[in-house]
Amino acid sequence: MKPNVPVEALHTQEMLINMGPQHPSTHGVLRVILRTDGEVVVNARPDVGYLHRGLEKIGERVTYAQFMPFTDRLDYLAAMNCNCAWAWAVENLAGIEVPERAEYIRVIVCELNRISSHLIAFGSFTADMGAFTPFLYSIREREKVNDLFEAACGNRLTYNYARVGGVSADLPQGFLEKTKEFLDYFEPKIDEYNNLISYNKIFVHRLANVAAISADNAVAYGLTGPNLRGSGVSFDLRRDEPYSVYPKLEFDVCVGTGERGVLGDCFDRYMVRINEMRQSVRILRQAVAQIPEGPVLAKVPRVFKPAAGEVYFRSECPRGETGFYIISDGTGNPSRLKIRAGSFVTMNIFETVTRGLMIADIVAVIGSFDIILPEIDR
Amino acid sequence: MEPQALFDAVKAKFGDAALELQVTGFRPAFVVVAPASIADIARFLRDDPAMRFDSLMCLSGVDYKDRFAVACHLYSMRHRHAIGLKAYLPKENPLLPSMDAVWPAANFMERETYDLFGIVFEGSKDLRRILLPEDWEGHPLRKDYKYPDFYHGIKV
Repeated sequence: MKPNVPVEALHTQEMLINMGPQHPSTHGVLRVILRTDGEVVVNARPDVGYLHRGLEKIGERVTYAQFMPFTDRLDYLAAMNCNCAWAWAVENLAGIEVPERAEYIRVIVCELNRISSHLIAFGSFTADMGAFTPFLYSIREREKVNDLFEAACGNRLTYNYARVGGVSADLPQGFLEKTKEFLDYFEPKIDEYNNLISYNKIFVHRLANVAAISADNAVAYGLTGPNLRGSGVSFDLRRDEPYSVYPKLEFDVCVGTGERGVLGDCFDRYMVRINEMRQSVRILRQAVAQIPEGPVLAKVPRVFKPAAGEVYFRSECPRGETGFYIISDGTGNPSRLKIRAGSFVTMNIFETVTRGLMIADIVAVIGSFDIILPEIDR
Repeated sequence: MEPQALFDAVKAKFGDAALELQVTGFRPAFVVVAPASIADIARFLRDDPAMRFDSLMCLSGVDYKDRFAVACHLYSMRHRHAIGLKAYLPKENPLLPSMDAVWPAANFMERETYDLFGIVFEGSKDLRRILLPEDWEGHPLRKDYKYPDFYHGIKV
């Protein structure tokens, strides 16, 4: 039967779709306003801010030490890294010397947390792509890290473990042995993940050549962490702007190679995280072997008054560079505290890279950026 | 590059627009510039072969009680050096040329500064509130901000 309307007379129109703020693939309360032409995205505009709690304003009203628990609420999947980032920033501002054992403990918990954070990134990303099993595997391994943290500080999510001048308590007896056991258990699992999903044909097809970001664009848009390295830029603050005891530890900086598609696509960003877990294992083995005995907390008064000045200090968190710009006016609390979070800056490039993709690719892009909303909204 | 040499280079190129170098107590050091020429100086810092500040790490608004400021932290991936760039703004009608054409990364940070401080970035490609609702009144990170009692009839 011939249609009684000629095909040329049919016209399509653009559609406005609201994705989120409650959508499982947006990793939190992110809202994306999609303008689509059929299944093709003409424009995807992110709308953030649903979790804004005014942490920077709170920071002006509490002392430096009191702000520590709030940093747990920045990136709750990597609270140890945020704790330590704040401690390092304040110590840099106030010129506080930290005992070496405390620095080693910080590196150990930071790298353990990097593993558990990348596990969630890996698990939730594969779940977004329609493979639920790897998510269960990653949660299984993450539980073991949580057990270690629970032994060290009593908490499983918001740790509040670091202190200005060190850490709140020494590691419990047997912690280092347990960590070694975990590393022996965990390292072969990475190959298991690769066999299970990383090189699965369907999975690769969903990610390769999607939303490729050139190295120049990645730098210009301020991407940091695995998202920057995914574009082939070999830059890691742990190596290039060293802090703590990282100069004493050997590790490689993992970069994207375009191994399944264009350099800087979703697959490269995914693969950087998988490889970084291996490097974290390497760092942990060295740190566990090298850690000296000694005190874990410098003598720092509860309320201290750093000299007036302005410091910007940044450190490498699982989701990129977390920087604290602290302005001290010589009183016991900061006069201005600016938090530079990796995920917030990453969202800036979202609208640019998603133009012309399919709707299902939007989910892949969000997953490959591994954003976390409390860090974006602060 | 040493902050002093960098400041001299900016001074040689832009004359009186380079106002001051803040070193003691500042890490990294700040080059303070006249607000009107900040975008041109930013472009110079990005493109000059000896500087190559291709990365904008952070852009923050600051309320110094008597005046506002916008502080940028720049980093060069090529030369691995950092510098701060700052412009002081008056309390009344704070205006600054936008830098999102120099570093695309500036857009979200400028929107945040506009949202929380009410500093307007002229020529920005997209200047809207970002963290707060669009109908929010006032700019919370200002020191003289008064907390509202109600929002849409709901006690806060």
